[in-house]
Amino acid sequence: MLKKLVLDGIDWVDARIPMTETWNKHLAQYPTPVNFNFWYFFGSLAMLVLVNQILTGIWLTMHYNPSAEGAFASIEYIMRDVPYGWLLRYMHSTGASAFFVVIYLHMFRGLIYGSYQKPRELIWVFGMLIFLVLMAEAFMGYLLPWGQMSFWGAQVIISLFGAIPIIGDDLTLWIRGDYVISGATLNRFFALHVIALPLALVGLVFLHIIALHEVGSNNPDGVEIKRKKGSVPEEEKSKFTFHKQYSEHKDIVDAIPFHPYFTVKDIMGVSFFLICFATVIFFMPEGGGYLLEAPNFEPANGLKTPDHIAPVWYYTPYYAILRAIPDKLLGVIFFGGSIAILFLLPWLDRCSVKSIRYRSWKHKLNITQFTICFIVLGVLGSLPVTPLLTTVAQVASVGYFGFFIALWVYSKNEKTKPLPTRLTH
Amino acid sequence: MSNAPDNSGRRKFLTLTTGVVGAIGAAAVAVPFVKSWSPSEKAKAAGAPVTVDISKIQPGQLIRVEWRGKPVWVVSRTTKILDELGTLDAKLRDPASEEAQQPEYATNALRSLKSEIFVAVGICTHLGCSPTYLPDSFSEQVEGVESGFFCPCHGSKFDMAGRVFQNVPAPLNLVIPPHHYVSESQILIGLDKGDA
Repeated sequence: MLKKLVLDGIDWVDARIPMTETWNKHLAQYPTPVNFNFWYFFGSLAMLVLVNQILTGIWLTMHYNPSAEGAFASIEYIMRDVPYGWLLRYMHSTGASAFFVVIYLHMFRGLIYGSYQKPRELIWVFGMLIFLVLMAEAFMGYLLPWGQMSFWGAQVIISLFGAIPIIGDDLTLWIRGDYVISGATLNRFFALHVIALPLALVGLVFLHIIALHEVGSNNPDGVEIKRKKGSVPEEEKSKFTFHKQYSEHKDIVDAIPFHPYFTVKDIMGVSFFLICFATVIFFMPEGGGYLLEAPNFEPANGLKTPDHIAPVWYYTPYYAILRAIPDKLLGVIFFGGSIAILFLLPWLDRCSVKSIRYRSWKHKLNITQFTICFIVLGVLGSLPVTPLLTTVAQVASVGYFGFFIALWVYSKNEKTKPLPTRLTH
Repeated sequence: MSNAPDNSGRRKFLTLTTGVVGAIGAAAVAVPFVKSWSPSEKAKAAGAPVTVDISKIQPGQLIRVEWRGKPVWVVSRTTKILDELGTLDAKLRDPASEEAQQPEYATNALRSLKSEIFVAVGICTHLGCSPTYLPDSFSEQVEGVESGFFCPCHGSKFDMAGRVFQNVPAPLNLVIPPHHYVSESQILIGLDKGDA
């Protein structure tokens, strides 16, 4: 009786919007490679953190006062007087760092398994746009507590635009809406942080996933699971039913539906993630000064820069590149270039073999040196400047950009290993 | 639609003109949105000059005042500092203040009206941090130079006349604001002499 009622209800909806169709196409009948390893947790984790940020963000907005006069005090109010305000804020501030941890690992996965290569270039480009918007979102969010680090961090980043010839000064004035960082700047950053950028972020995530499902997921072997129709003997085809959009024109091997198999696997990843996340929230919400920086516990003071200013950890690699170059305009160009060049990755890599498993020793070495340089730059960007460290940062910057140049050179005629005909697992 | 039989030339013309008019409309609508980000009338008005009393300033001391929301430094330079300034030219980017970072009356060797008193906007010309005044430990930054300004953000260095050293990210000398002496002990920051 009840069952019939539910089924009738589903039919009623399905006759009006494609609910079951969408569920099947994107979850229950979406072909997913069988050999996904732990690197494949981070996509779903990024979605989880996005939901966390939106939810806690809405609640924080209910108590926050976006004005130069009231912002700092309202953060103290949230921390001390609002019931569970401290928890909501720590979930949000820790969530920001968690977002970058997850996104960096997600990007690294794409890098080692060649998930950006043809035909997945647009997935990578949408992903990079998400990364870019996320950086802007985090930067603007960081101004809102109106502490010393908020103020001077924003001062430095907005001044970057001043290095652009001719229009630079007018542009910075336009961004700030005042001759210095002021309440006008705070209010517009608030508007962008809570409305404009989250909307853009959600839209881009949608496009990222639509693009992914159109061409299908890559996997640790970098071997496609969709084969030419009729090229696979019946007994080798996957035994599962997949949505006709995927199976009509292709034979599918070594795949299982996303739901329930990978939803269950992802729940496992979520559990592990939440243990780590909760540990930080409850036991080390300031993260030793790396997640919430000490000078930010002082209200913004436009007359005095803190003795040591450093951006939050997720910006430090690019910041170290900026500092390593003893010229304002060139510094800004390389700073922007360090992000921009990532967009070009699908076209800089000219090899047709995707996964690091079957690529040359040159590629393995190049990815290793790139990873080391990235981490070294990240550490340097959080330390004070000394002549020695500046030299180290210059060497690491060469390694960072060298990765892309070397990749473009050796990937043309790369000596790769033979690919397996089926996925290995 | 594109394979409609009749009058495809006319349809193309109408599509084009509609598109052009629509684009002009969109551009016009964008104006208030873009312009609303410019400084408000209130922000423009809040630029009044400030008066600094220098009668109590000690030799070597730096006092900070706020002008247009920015820190302005007033430093009392000792003879030792002034002697040191003359020896630095080879290490500086713009020792003769050729770039227009100061009013005409401060375009001199010491970049000031009076040699002992130095007035400058305390904002680094790199990315806008406020450098730290190091009265006697600057030699850690530049060998053999006892006092100067060091920017904690990106390591730019300036001498006691606000002139930038070579091989640092800051491209220009510190800005000298318009200012003049109202009396022996009072400086007005924000206006040139004779301006009302």
